Amino acid sequence: MPLADDVSAYLKQRARWSPLEIAFWIFAFATIWLFPGKYLIMKDTAILALFALSLDLILGYAGILSLGQAAFFGIAGYFSGLVAKYGIINEPVVALILGGLVAAALGFVTSFLVLRGSDLTRLMVTLGVSLMLYEVANRYSDITGGADGLQGVTVAPIFGLFRFDLYGHNGYVYCLIVLFVCFVIVRRIVYSPFGLSLRAVKGNALRAAAVGIPVKWRLVAIYTIAAGFAGIAGALLTQTTAFCSLDVFSLDRSADLLLVLIIGGTGYLYGGLIGAVIYRFLQDWISTLTPQYWQFWIGLVLVVIVLVGRDRIGAANEAVRNTIYRLCTRLMPRPAALRGAAPDGT
Amino acid sequence: MLTILFDGLAYGMLLFVLACGLSVTLGLMNFINLAHGAFAMAGGYCTVIVVNRLGVPFALGLPIAFLVTAIIGGLFERTLYVHVYAKPHLDQVLFTIGLVFMAVAATDYVMGSSQQFVQIPEALQGQFNVFGIGMGKYRLLIIVICGLLTIALQLMLTKTRFGSRLRAAVDDQRVARGLGINVGAVFAVTFAFGSGLAGLGGALGAEILGLDPTFPLKYMIYFLIVVTVGGTSSITGPFLASILLGIGDVAGKYYVPKLGAFAIYAIMIVVLLWRPQGLFARSTAR
Amino acid sequence: MAILETIGLEKRFGGIVAARDVSLAVEKGARHALIGPNGAGKTTVINLLTGVLKPTAGRIMLDGRDITALDPHQRVRLGMARTFQINQLFLDLTPLETIGLAVSERLGSGGDWWRLVGSKTAVTDEIVEIVERFRLADVMHERTAILPYGKQRLLEIALAFACRPHVLLLDEPAAGVPEAERHELLATIAALPAEVTVLLIEHDMDLVFSFADRISVLVNGSLFVDGAPEDVARDPRVKAVYLGEEADA
Repeated sequence: MPLADDVSAYLKQRARWSPLEIAFWIFAFATIWLFPGKYLIMKDTAILALFALSLDLILGYAGILSLGQAAFFGIAGYFSGLVAKYGIINEPVVALILGGLVAAALGFVTSFLVLRGSDLTRLMVTLGVSLMLYEVANRYSDITGGADGLQGVTVAPIFGLFRFDLYGHNGYVYCLIVLFVCFVIVRRIVYSPFGLSLRAVKGNALRAAAVGIPVKWRLVAIYTIAAGFAGIAGALLTQTTAFCSLDVFSLDRSADLLLVLIIGGTGYLYGGLIGAVIYRFLQDWISTLTPQYWQFWIGLVLVVIVLVGRDRIGAANEAVRNTIYRLCTRLMPRPAALRGAAPDGT
Repeated sequence: MLTILFDGLAYGMLLFVLACGLSVTLGLMNFINLAHGAFAMAGGYCTVIVVNRLGVPFALGLPIAFLVTAIIGGLFERTLYVHVYAKPHLDQVLFTIGLVFMAVAATDYVMGSSQQFVQIPEALQGQFNVFGIGMGKYRLLIIVICGLLTIALQLMLTKTRFGSRLRAAVDDQRVARGLGINVGAVFAVTFAFGSGLAGLGGALGAEILGLDPTFPLKYMIYFLIVVTVGGTSSITGPFLASILLGIGDVAGKYYVPKLGAFAIYAIMIVVLLWRPQGLFARSTAR
Repeated sequence: MAILETIGLEKRFGGIVAARDVSLAVEKGARHALIGPNGAGKTTVINLLTGVLKPTAGRIMLDGRDITALDPHQRVRLGMARTFQINQLFLDLTPLETIGLAVSERLGSGGDWWRLVGSKTAVTDEIVEIVERFRLADVMHERTAILPYGKQRLLEIALAFACRPHVLLLDEPAAGVPEAERHELLATIAALPAEVTVLLIEHDMDLVFSFADRISVLVNGSLFVDGAPEDVARDPRVKAVYLGEEADA
């Protein structure tokens, strides 16, 4: 049946890595050798990218409005810092994975809070959870170091071989590899039937239920998974800086994350990554101009973005992407039956 | 113990005056205004400047704070907020967070980052000792002023024509428009008034809550808790929620200082789990 | 044997009784129509049957099994699907993705987060069959939001059908469909497989009388008349309810 072959080929093609994506990752890994002096800023960007990816999962794909991803970021950050400091777990990769699992557990428990109520309720509850953790971390300062932060964290070499050096080279490679692995997993999730059902839930939850989708459990699942990835990002930060402080739980961190996704665009996976790069360089540039009042300019950017219109920025974003994509397809012709399929499934 | 109740009551009523503008805004226009705390801060700083530096008596400093903030609120509403009403909640959140960041940084730049204190007149310092309960004179003033304000608000809502227009518009905006109620004007006035109240609350509360540029960020969560727990369909809902939270916070910090504000967040989460629409909201979903 | 049955179904909203003692029996393989004046409570009955609303009293039996306490998605799994009076579609997905989603869910891959959509041939074959049956092949790659209304309506039914229900509840399928696109829609409904039981809510009497083999009339939340189309058409009480007066035969 020609139509069946067409459909089958289309669906498979939809999930295939486009040349643009491959080029993106080749370039990303090439930065290890291209910009040797910039490891620290690039490492920060990679961590922020992973963090933003976790928010994109719930915001862009499942439509959950959350101001509290920092809770998962922070809890894994403290976890990995504490297990390293007290020598409980000496292999960073193990601590990383366990940190992610701890964050995912917190995500699972709090996911039920997020299911009920309106947008405002969700905002409140997610914010409330991260502020609660802030308070707890603040009060139990004998364990967490309180406002001064967790001191005396020494992270063992990865696999016993790769020490975290001062220039940040190994740290950056570590973060980049973790980011890539997590990205591949997220990509699989998004192109799976589960991922498709999430987009359906976001689009029309009533109809999703009427088609047999157990909406509640899908949302719990994605919230838990996203929490896990946020936790991995938090653990990465602690491990590569050998430090963890209260600001991992702060509103600033969650707000910055939203800004990253707004700049980069939601719902197509690369939004968090691209947004993180733009944001980080924006931050660097503005900090050299006005080191103290960085917050003012961020606020202004947010206000302007909203007034101009997020959909206009999203449309401009998409237009740029489509132009680049069209330029690339000129170089590589594709079969006629697959016309109209964009790499990100739109 | 009764002193704690008294302090908690004062704190709660202050929270109410601060948060009721936010509650009405949310109920009326379904608009999440996270920058509400910035108006409170503006009122506080206004009073500091006027009373401390210009020598205006405290009694005048409070109405001035109200007026100035109300005017600022009205201006902002007409020029900025009005463009954002129709946008999705995420945009409203981003917009108002942006405003807060700008306000905090600007205040830091202009006024410095240290905590400011309002010069309270001699008569309001110290305590009365009634039946062994230590009642701070200032806190007593807060209770009196806020109590009167609450009664005035309730009367205004129920007995005046503006009040009934407001209640109609909160209940169902489209029908209200259909009846010829100028919802835009109602909202502009309400927003200005709510901001003014926030400013007044900020001025009153500078002594108790602490006034510095990070005020909006610190207290935003409290206002939002009042609004989420109390619901947006009445005055009594947020009022009771504020009292509950005020007493809960003071008692919590006194009896279990290790956990501090943890108690409030826990209460909020429990309440929202039980009744996502808020403790006192109508049962019909909006 | 009745595949879908309600026993004394009642729904109150505060003081308002939207459905009162509704006892309906739909036979297996039937083409059963539910008609009634506006506000009679027809959509309420559908919402009760699918679980969107919980009844204040009464029971619902699907294939002999009591489903009164089940969630909507559980009832779909047991073989009951519905369409909505106002299209409830996934506007950002294409018809292909929409139908693919329903088929995946039904075949149990809904929770599968590792496999890629389209890797199972069983799924793709079924998607194709449904797309062709509902005449959506020419638009299957377009975003649902930009489809013409008639095509959207077809997709609405296709989506419910993709759940391979034993019982299909159609809530005013022809509503709002322009004249030019009606024929395609009606033909598609007429061509539904005989094993699928169809309960149809409609105002369009031509469609009702050409399609149904049994008609129930709902008035003010209560079942008024229930019987074969000829009997219902001749019943003077039905005429009175619809026309408000005694009409000549």
